[in-house]
Amino acid sequence: MPDVQVLVNDFLNKLKKRKIEGSLATARQTAELLRSVISQQRVPYTNQARALIDAVRAVGEQLIAANPVELAVGNIVRRVLHIIREEDLSLTTAAMAGLGLSAASDDEDDADQDNHPVLSAAAVAAAARSTLRPPSLQTLLEDVPDSAAVPHTSSSGGDSEGKSKSADKSSRTRKLKHDVIEAVNELIQDIATCHEQIAEQAVEHIHQNEVILTLGSSRTVLEFLCAAKEKQRSFRVFVAEGAPRYQGHLLAKELVTRGLQTTLITDSAVFAMISRVNMVIVGAHAVMANGGVIAPVGLNMVALAAKRHAVPFVVLAGSHKLCPLYPHNPEVLLNELRSPSELLDFGEFSDCMDFGSGTASPLLHVINPTFDYVPPKLVSLFITDTGGHNPSYMYRLIADYYSADDFVVQRRSPTGR
Amino acid sequence: MDARRPSRAITDPMIRRVGFFTPTGNSQLPRTHSNPAGSGSSPHADSPAGNSLSPVMIPPPRHLSDRTPPLPVPETGLRQDSDRVPVGSYNASESLMGSSPSGGIALVGGEFSEESDGWYGQNEVRKHSPNLLDATLRKAPDYLSGTSAPLRLEKLKKSAQVPEKSGKADVEAQNEMQSSLKPLKTKTSKAERRALQEAQRAAKALAKEGDKSAAVSGGAAPKKPLKLPSQKKDGPPVLSSIAASDKKGGDRLPDKERKKDVPPPRMQFDDKNRVEKAKRRAVFHQTEARNRVELFRHLPQYEHGTQLPDLESRFFQLDLVHPAVYKAGLQYLAKDITGGNARCIAMLQSFKEAIKDYSTPPEKTLVRDLTAKISSYVSFFIECRPLSISMGNAIRFVKSRITKLPLTLSELEAKAALCSDIERFINEKILLAEKVIVGHAVTKIRDGDVLLTYGSSSVVEMILLHAHEMGKQFRVVVVDSRPKLEGQALLRRLVSNGLSCTYCHINAVSYIMNEVTRVFLGAASVLSNGTVHSRVGTASVAMVAHAFHVPVLICCEAYKFHERVQLDSICSNELGDPYAITEVPGRVDVNYLNNWAKKENLQLLNLMYDSTPSDYISMIVTDYGMNQY
Repeated sequence: MPDVQVLVNDFLNKLKKRKIEGSLATARQTAELLRSVISQQRVPYTNQARALIDAVRAVGEQLIAANPVELAVGNIVRRVLHIIREEDLSLTTAAMAGLGLSAASDDEDDADQDNHPVLSAAAVAAAARSTLRPPSLQTLLEDVPDSAAVPHTSSSGGDSEGKSKSADKSSRTRKLKHDVIEAVNELIQDIATCHEQIAEQAVEHIHQNEVILTLGSSRTVLEFLCAAKEKQRSFRVFVAEGAPRYQGHLLAKELVTRGLQTTLITDSAVFAMISRVNMVIVGAHAVMANGGVIAPVGLNMVALAAKRHAVPFVVLAGSHKLCPLYPHNPEVLLNELRSPSELLDFGEFSDCMDFGSGTASPLLHVINPTFDYVPPKLVSLFITDTGGHNPSYMYRLIADYYSADDFVVQRRSPTGR
Repeated sequence: MDARRPSRAITDPMIRRVGFFTPTGNSQLPRTHSNPAGSGSSPHADSPAGNSLSPVMIPPPRHLSDRTPPLPVPETGLRQDSDRVPVGSYNASESLMGSSPSGGIALVGGEFSEESDGWYGQNEVRKHSPNLLDATLRKAPDYLSGTSAPLRLEKLKKSAQVPEKSGKADVEAQNEMQSSLKPLKTKTSKAERRALQEAQRAAKALAKEGDKSAAVSGGAAPKKPLKLPSQKKDGPPVLSSIAASDKKGGDRLPDKERKKDVPPPRMQFDDKNRVEKAKRRAVFHQTEARNRVELFRHLPQYEHGTQLPDLESRFFQLDLVHPAVYKAGLQYLAKDITGGNARCIAMLQSFKEAIKDYSTPPEKTLVRDLTAKISSYVSFFIECRPLSISMGNAIRFVKSRITKLPLTLSELEAKAALCSDIERFINEKILLAEKVIVGHAVTKIRDGDVLLTYGSSSVVEMILLHAHEMGKQFRVVVVDSRPKLEGQALLRRLVSNGLSCTYCHINAVSYIMNEVTRVFLGAASVLSNGTVHSRVGTASVAMVAHAFHVPVLICCEAYKFHERVQLDSICSNELGDPYAITEVPGRVDVNYLNNWAKKENLQLLNLMYDSTPSDYISMIVTDYGMNQY
């Protein structure tokens, strides 16, 4: 337990000092931290899920408070909470089913009780997930085979499960934690591979001789474009440099090394060039529940220009960027102001800094925001690791990934405990 | 045939200038009105445009007392137009107008395929004077040879003067000539018309009284009917001198008339032949930039800074250009002088110096030789940096002043007249216009406003400073963009004058726009479809302001208006130094592209201008008033 606290504090420090660049790294590290929190957490015999949830929530609350703007932290905390709930639910349903099915044949075979539980639990969890979730296109189509499969698997593993339950409580305790950790591992895996999964869809969206505009730098965008390039599509890319961070330079350099025809433009030239662009592909910082995007600064301008010229505005976002919250005044509340030194040279303007009007308020203010909010009406398409989605579909994805109880992590946790 | 040429040339200006407003009868009206205005009792109330406008519409006329009859003052567009009427009508001298290249050459438009034998037959004519030529042409058997001969003659006459014609005897060269010579007159009048139309529209928007608006519409209405009488006047000499077969030519006239209204095509730099030609007559050699962007092949892009040392070293061995012109050109090249107004003033000043030092070479006329001189200066300026539209308008003004010089003036008088004309243009069309715009725009600033401006516009800066001096309480948001970061200089000046400023990059404009109440933007030019041609990024700022329902005010002097139309920012633009993009001064950590600029796949695009669609603009503030879009 103490070593977890050290880890948490370390991570909190990093978050507070904004040492972690990018939502991907933040998400991965958060998930890893929560995994170790779960594995260290002692669980009582009863109400184990509650204990895990409370523990995760306590840590998550601190993490979110450390950097409220980095929404990926909150997303991952909620995802982990959701995982715990689901695993718990699936275990309970499996147990119920096991009880009902194999009440008669109680102690027949003790030998294979160690092998079966994992397998059957996973299968049951999948089944439970599909039945518990509100109907989506997949579940609608898979409805028949799934419902057929659920009783089958549960009945096949039913006898052993029922036995494990009745025989040994501690094995079930371990099983929940074990399942949760497995699922969190899967989540970490998903986060790590979301680039590839998004990039796989590149050829479906980029055609020959396309002209693509992007602003700033995003690893997802880079992988996406390179994936299309690897599939022998030839197209050109306009990269707006994304002042004052100039990540566009970095992206342009990367693209050039991969052999793509790249044109670097200033941010101000976006409007001039957008009429000759077929598609705008950008990365995001976070995707809100209404389909709005928290994106690198400047993208609202690009999105407006794209809208004006009817150019599709495509946002690439891994599912860890999906935030279940609805934004309120996101330009200000979900933003972060960076150092003015990126805009003005203090040495050059030192004389101006001193000019005061006598009321102690300085005459010169420098604004250097990090993010922009792009409203959903300006977004044409989201490409996530689960496929392409309309902005209006975001709330459905959110229902898949999060449970409604966890939307508010911060406020409820002090009273809830 | 020959009669047709001069008559056309004379009526040329008449048709367009008179036709727009009123025929001689009506055109007297504004003139008489403006003369009392000139006498200075109550200029605002009496001046024609002022009639319908609010009191601040027309800049108070300056240099009123020293205005001499033969040199009308270009006080307003209307005034200028009315003054030209007598010039055109009294001046029957064929020697002046007949030798005007635009008249002779424009006539032949599209007939090159027909010319055949007359081509060589007229060769000896070239040595004769225009009058002699006219005589020979009168005897010329057929109309076709007649058309080609003056053309050729003109070409030869001008060959030494206008660079475009250096020794090219083929049809293509003539085509080129045609296109390059046509603009001079049409553009002047059209630009002025545009300004006037603007004023009239402003009048309509502002004047609440019914009778005034009626007066304005009365001014605009005669446009169509008037074209007819002037053309009829034009018709008889043409038909009488030309044989019956030439009725076809007569019929074609209106067509050509219309054609002339079309602005000439600009130099397209993807046209290899023309680029080659341009290179041969260039004063200095420029190296083409590498890795050019495919979309912008039609624009010139050179390596920046390579030619400057060479040019500087040649400062004292001038053959072609006047030192003042040379200096101004170098300043353009080195980006010491930037901004539409500053460049235009520098150019006009250098022209003035050049005209002061000018002396007509023996056996040449001042009008033609000086025009050619100015043209060569202009092409030098273009080599240094592509002209802005405001400069184009100013050049047209100077050239039209030169061609309009009465022949009776001695060289000294003519030079003095030109110099004072140029001086007046600077004072009235630029400096005073700025002041008038400031006066208008300041009324739109209220206490508690947050004003956003982009880049560094001299007019907007004056507006802000003036409003501050008036004691208005407001904040300014200076939005800036790479690579020029012109806003920093503006910011420094504003802050040192005690204005409360906020500074941000253009990317943050959506963030800051929430609190902004007005957007003031400068413009390089306002085109006739309402598009505003301005520093790159202006369109983005206007777009975001539009999206946030913040009014956008464009401040632009009327001399920057142009009749060209444009839909995008690509067809006509200017490319800056591409390598300026890769370098981020003051940020040592941003060096990703330090050695990458030469990579084959990487292209750098440094656009200078963009076009703001008119629907993003709430209002245009000009020296003729404010005009709501």
